[in-house]
Amino acid sequence: MKRLLITAVAFVSIQFSAFSQDMTALVNKVKAKLDQVNDYVAEGSMKTDVAFIKAPVGRVKVYFKKPNHFKLKRDGGISILPKGGVTVNMSTLVAGNDFVALSSGDAVINGIKAKVVKLIPTTDNSDVVLSTLYIDETNLLILKAATTTKENGSFEIEMSYGKFISYSLPDKVIFSFNTKDYKMPKGVALEFEDEEKLTDAEKIKRKKGRVQINYSNYTINKGLDDNVFK
Amino acid sequence: MYKLLQIELYKIFRRPRTYISFLAITALVGVIQLGLVKNGDDYVNFVMGNVMQSFSFDGKLLNGYLVCYILLQLLLVHVPLLIALVAADMISGEANMGTLRLMLTKPISRTQFLLAKFTASAIYTFMLLVWIAFLALFVSMFLFGVDDMVIQKTNYLVQLPVGDVFWRYVGAFGFALLSMLSVAALGFFLSNFAENSIGPIVATMSVIIFFTILSTMSIPLFQKIQPFLFTTYMVNWKEFFDPKVNADNAVIIGSLQHPDRIIQSALILIFHIVGFVGATMVLFKKKDILS
Repeated sequence: MKRLLITAVAFVSIQFSAFSQDMTALVNKVKAKLDQVNDYVAEGSMKTDVAFIKAPVGRVKVYFKKPNHFKLKRDGGISILPKGGVTVNMSTLVAGNDFVALSSGDAVINGIKAKVVKLIPTTDNSDVVLSTLYIDETNLLILKAATTTKENGSFEIEMSYGKFISYSLPDKVIFSFNTKDYKMPKGVALEFEDEEKLTDAEKIKRKKGRVQINYSNYTINKGLDDNVFK
Repeated sequence: MYKLLQIELYKIFRRPRTYISFLAITALVGVIQLGLVKNGDDYVNFVMGNVMQSFSFDGKLLNGYLVCYILLQLLLVHVPLLIALVAADMISGEANMGTLRLMLTKPISRTQFLLAKFTASAIYTFMLLVWIAFLALFVSMFLFGVDDMVIQKTNYLVQLPVGDVFWRYVGAFGFALLSMLSVAALGFFLSNFAENSIGPIVATMSVIIFFTILSTMSIPLFQKIQPFLFTTYMVNWKEFFDPKVNADNAVIIGSLQHPDRIIQSALILIFHIVGFVGATMVLFKKKDILS
């Protein structure tokens, strides 16, 4: 009986390990596709949708250079971005080999069948605690990523692909995150009118935020100066 | 009438007291601008600390537009006191010097006389606001440059694109003119009741301070009377900096969240100006100027 139990545990462990390796292989394939891009400059429009922020839609320029340089600049004007998250992109999520990739089943994202892969970093110094990737196995694309970090909370990134699908570069990125409650002391705002009472639904809505970037054009692998990221 | 106005303007600008306001504004704005040039980033970090915990800002937050907004928030509460210095002296000053009777021996009606006096104090008020606009807006734009304007309201944060700000300041200063004219009208009205300038000046200042305190305190008892105090409406120039958003929560360029509030407040202030000046005329016509 004891021998049978040990055999069963060993069998499950081998199966589990094999399965985990399979996902690493998939992630590595996705990574290899992403690795075609050494650098890019993308142009697009950015919309910040946070209940307590009234901001206009603005033109943005996004700069990326391997391994993990990323910069988002508003074309004229001030950009308001949630701390930490927006600068995370797919290349940085799967950068290096310091992770364990585990399968977590299948899901459908925007009508596309996707493999759900949990990425667990194996190094202690990583800010990311856990990432869940939804990978389109056929096209080797990350459709969605949910990430939990030590310092910057949890966020989700959802991507739609179009013209630049062959480089795994999305046309649209929606970045969702949690926000802290916003309240400005009246004395500091120097506003003394009555506050508008918020309903419970509005209070919940105020705790969620979204940043949507629609990319109109990418300039890929033309070389990029490091000074851009300073 | 034009001649009368010229005389009144000459009298206003001949008095050293008139220039106290311009000097005080220059000193105040200058000191605040100097402070912001030296430690502006610290100030912004302090004020925006709550939002900066969750969001990062890339761009020139402390720019001329924001500095002007900070200055107006501080100044427009105190400028009424400077306006009272001149407006509340218009009739009582003449009475004090004994020139009221002399003036009215001229072939002009008392209405013309009062209209010239009030128009002169309105021109003084306008010039003071133009001076504030020059120092607070244009000098700040020169010193700090321009960028999007990010301001904090009690419940939310507003970002206005750089190209959508200037017209809002034009509107805000236009509204501020109405607010200050209502103060001038109050001072003018009180000026009718005294034989010396100190009384109406102090009375105007007291009324403004008293009403402003009642207007700003969120105590239920005071909130009931706030709609009846004209000082409640004087701060609504800020509505020009609150844009409307579309269904996607994006700012609609060139829009106002509450244009109705601006119109209503402007009408109430105009009502007060007409009311105070009208009442002054009615009372002045019956005034005994022989004593």
